[in-house]
Amino acid sequence: MQALYAQLLVGLINGSFYALLSLGLAVIFGMLNIINFAHGALYMMGAFAAYFLLYYLGINYWYALILAPLIVGGIGIILERSMLQWLTGLDHLYGLLLTFGLALIIQGLFQNYFGSSGLPYAIPSILQGGVNLGFMYLPIYRGWVVVFSLIVCLLTWYLIERTRLGANLRAATENPTLVRAFGINVPRMITLTYGLGVGLAALAGVLSAPINQVRPLMGADLIIVVFAVVVIGGMGSIMGSIVTGFTLGVIEGLTKYFYPEASNTVVFVLMVLVLLVKPTGLTGKAA
Amino acid sequence: MTTITENSIPASGRSTSDEMVAFVIMALLLASIPFTGIYPYFVMQALCFALFACAFNLLIGYSGLLSFGHAMFLGTAGYATAHALKVWGVSPELGIVFGVVSAAALSVVTGLIAIRRQGIYFAMITLALSQLLYFIYLQTPFTHGEDGIQGIPQGKMFGVLDLSNSTTLYYVILTVFLLAFLLIYRTINSPFGEVLKSIRENEQRAISLGYKTDQYKLLAFILSGTLAGLAGAMKVFVAQNASLTDVHWTMSGEVVLMTLVGGLGTVFGPVIGAFVIIAMQQYLAGFGQWVTVIQGAIFVICVLTFRRGVIGEIAHYFKRSL
Repeated sequence: MQALYAQLLVGLINGSFYALLSLGLAVIFGMLNIINFAHGALYMMGAFAAYFLLYYLGINYWYALILAPLIVGGIGIILERSMLQWLTGLDHLYGLLLTFGLALIIQGLFQNYFGSSGLPYAIPSILQGGVNLGFMYLPIYRGWVVVFSLIVCLLTWYLIERTRLGANLRAATENPTLVRAFGINVPRMITLTYGLGVGLAALAGVLSAPINQVRPLMGADLIIVVFAVVVIGGMGSIMGSIVTGFTLGVIEGLTKYFYPEASNTVVFVLMVLVLLVKPTGLTGKAA
Repeated sequence: MTTITENSIPASGRSTSDEMVAFVIMALLLASIPFTGIYPYFVMQALCFALFACAFNLLIGYSGLLSFGHAMFLGTAGYATAHALKVWGVSPELGIVFGVVSAAALSVVTGLIAIRRQGIYFAMITLALSQLLYFIYLQTPFTHGEDGIQGIPQGKMFGVLDLSNSTTLYYVILTVFLLAFLLIYRTINSPFGEVLKSIRENEQRAISLGYKTDQYKLLAFILSGTLAGLAGAMKVFVAQNASLTDVHWTMSGEVVLMTLVGGLGTVFGPVIGAFVIIAMQQYLAGFGQWVTVIQGAIFVICVLTFRRGVIGEIAHYFKRSL
């Protein structure tokens, strides 16, 4: 049973990353109509930002948790202003191709300088060690990742679904022209939305740095799984992205325990099944 | 909303003759390669990728579906052909047929799943499906995992053509390429191709005119996957191995890049694009990951400033269809 709970925890952690990343993808797609292929590369940059902050500037994990998303989000804003904004009005697929190119550039550059092996990032001292819960041994850091991700996801949900700012955002997703007529600066909102989505990816990167090591290709395969998560959940609802992300992480964890051979593929197989039964995704509206 | 291809096809009888002239020039140029001293291995490899890109272009350029998992057909046919040649010891032509049939079967299955969604979702689904297949090939024993299937015998085609002779192999590959190219050309200029283009331009209207667009898209997907499989089967004879590289998403990205550089929805664009990208990889092979960075940069530049591609720009300048 110990092993089962351990895999469940791993599943929850992966689920946190799926949720944070698919949430960002959904928010960005809503405003920019772009599937951000660079999301995995930006997640990786978040982890590297934390690494640089710690080993070159001596800035610890807690500050990195705030600074890394701000730095990478800022880079995202530069990318949006300098390139993505020119794609407005073109076919959606061009956004995918452009961000795919950006992902190749970012990952290639990091691979040139850091190779493909992982760089270690130490767990901050307060979160080291673990507690015995009776039925399982819980490493504190892993528990922290799950709880903190869940809080961030729920805060994002609250921001978008329950605040004035979020209401403007949702309105701009529906009809940008009309929202501009009300005097709201939609292009700036689009830029900030991209920054927010990218920041969430970078935050996931910082959280994963002590667990998965910091590697240039850490986001390359992950983003494909997250795409499958997005296809399963649909991009229509924020809560849908969160729930689907965590659920698929748990299912993947259970698969690792019961049938490890399929743990790499289970999310993709589920995607096929969902497409056969409900092509629009579990929460998605008809395209 | 503009469509993914900005290379619109003018409706004039003259364009067809232009394209046939260009085809004959291309065939003659390629046929004279062995006499020029150009390294034939490079050209054979480029021809396989050119066929791969043409097959891919049939889908994106003429029906507007962006598959981000086309490597699965290339790789699957490669594995099937390699396995048949090496383990079963069949003749080359049977090996190719087996590879192509495998890719066709795969494209039926994946096509039925993927065409349930359009646009951006179609791209993500095909990518996820190819990743699923990648992990399966990583784990099943017959692919030999990371090592791949190596040392594949080339054998004698139809019992007479010795494929271990590089000149013979070159002309066999060239013949297959030209025939497949003509098949694609015929397809896009057939009534079927016209319906595909109408789906690309406005699917709702095509449906309202009574076309069962899903069937057309599925057929285009199968044809494209099968021809990509043909490219994968031919590639086995050139590289004499079949490995995970050919199934990986980076390969799917490369074929997108080749087609984009040459010109989405142009007849000759994918061929030029394949030669450009393969040549670039050849010359920059010693620079490690810079190849990836440059490929990424080409993607960005093409999307931002050069969406018609090389052939698309030329055709646009001369107001011809190429």
